[in-house]
Amino acid sequence: MKVHLSHPTREIELKGPKPVGEIFKTLNLIPEAFLVIRGQDLMTEDEMVADGDVIEVRPVISGG
Amino acid sequence: MRCRKCPKRAVLGLPRHNTAFCGTCLTEFVRTQVQRAIKSQDMFSPDDLILVAVSGGKDSLTLWEILLKLGYKANALYVDLGIPGYSERSREKVERFAREVAEPCGARLTIHRVEEDAGAGIKELATLVKRPTCSACGTIKRYQFNRVAWKNHYDVMSTGHNLDDEAARLLGNVLQWQEEYLQKQSPSLPASIEGFAKKVKPLYRMTEREIAAYAVVNRIDYLVEECPMAKGAKMLVYKDVLNRLETESPGTKHRFYWGFLDKQKKAAASSMSMTDIDQAILQPCTTCSQPTTAGTCSFCRLMTKAKTPAK
Repeated sequence: MKVHLSHPTREIELKGPKPVGEIFKTLNLIPEAFLVIRGQDLMTEDEMVADGDVIEVRPVISGG
Repeated sequence: MRCRKCPKRAVLGLPRHNTAFCGTCLTEFVRTQVQRAIKSQDMFSPDDLILVAVSGGKDSLTLWEILLKLGYKANALYVDLGIPGYSERSREKVERFAREVAEPCGARLTIHRVEEDAGAGIKELATLVKRPTCSACGTIKRYQFNRVAWKNHYDVMSTGHNLDDEAARLLGNVLQWQEEYLQKQSPSLPASIEGFAKKVKPLYRMTEREIAAYAVVNRIDYLVEECPMAKGAKMLVYKDVLNRLETESPGTKHRFYWGFLDKQKKAAASSMSMTDIDQAILQPCTTCSQPTTAGTCSFCRLMTKAKTPAK
């Protein structure tokens, strides 16, 4: 699967299938600070991401 | 995961409420929470004219959208800070939202350009006055939003501050024991004195993640990119710490902030009101007449310093 990340913008490859919660753990990210989007749809932590999927892991934290 | 209110697929789990919602139920939940915030804090009524401070980010555009969907009369002000690239991209998002969502509801957008007013963008201004960029930015934005709201007779000025913003600010104020700031940390500040607009934060019950999810579900096209000036800001560190605690113990952020509001309310009942305090310590700025605790307000001091040639 292809994973798009921000701050800085980059793309990484992960082996699927994997549930969203597992992707957070693999990338060492706090679920409270991110959303996972496939196409235009939000995904919950128990949903499975297939090997050929493209997802965006979008940070939700802002402010200075 | 299924929605807890209907048979549809959930799009977001909300551990702090031990629930999950589909897109439709999430939208209804968020709008209900905002309406509850407006009513419980006596923020404004459907007859009031509201000025929304917009930046192009998820919070302010979501706030503007929700207020319009709930039938409130809400115009918006965007302050163009003159940050190369970032300001153009954020202004574009705001203008598109105004054109496609707000104007069909009869609302309008006003743009204030810092460069036209001060002769330089925020980064140059902050360097000239030797202050952190986020601090100079805060002074300018607070001043301009208040000025426009006051000058144009808005009943209230509304910002997109959310639960994460307020909890992080509270943590910062407690860590430094800044008691004078703690007193002012409320979702609704009165127009306590001539020159001050009433200020409210209708998103204070919602986390950043819930607001971002609402924006995605409702196709609100916001700027995901972080302000380049905010890199290394203390607020981001406080938010990160709170989110780690939230993951371990869901509901930490709202228990922390709402618990503070509860204690603040009890303390206020036995002390001077904020209006009394403001009237005792504030006076008109000698340059611009906006209320200030000093002779000249911090915005005018910043501008004077910025326009004075360096020795």
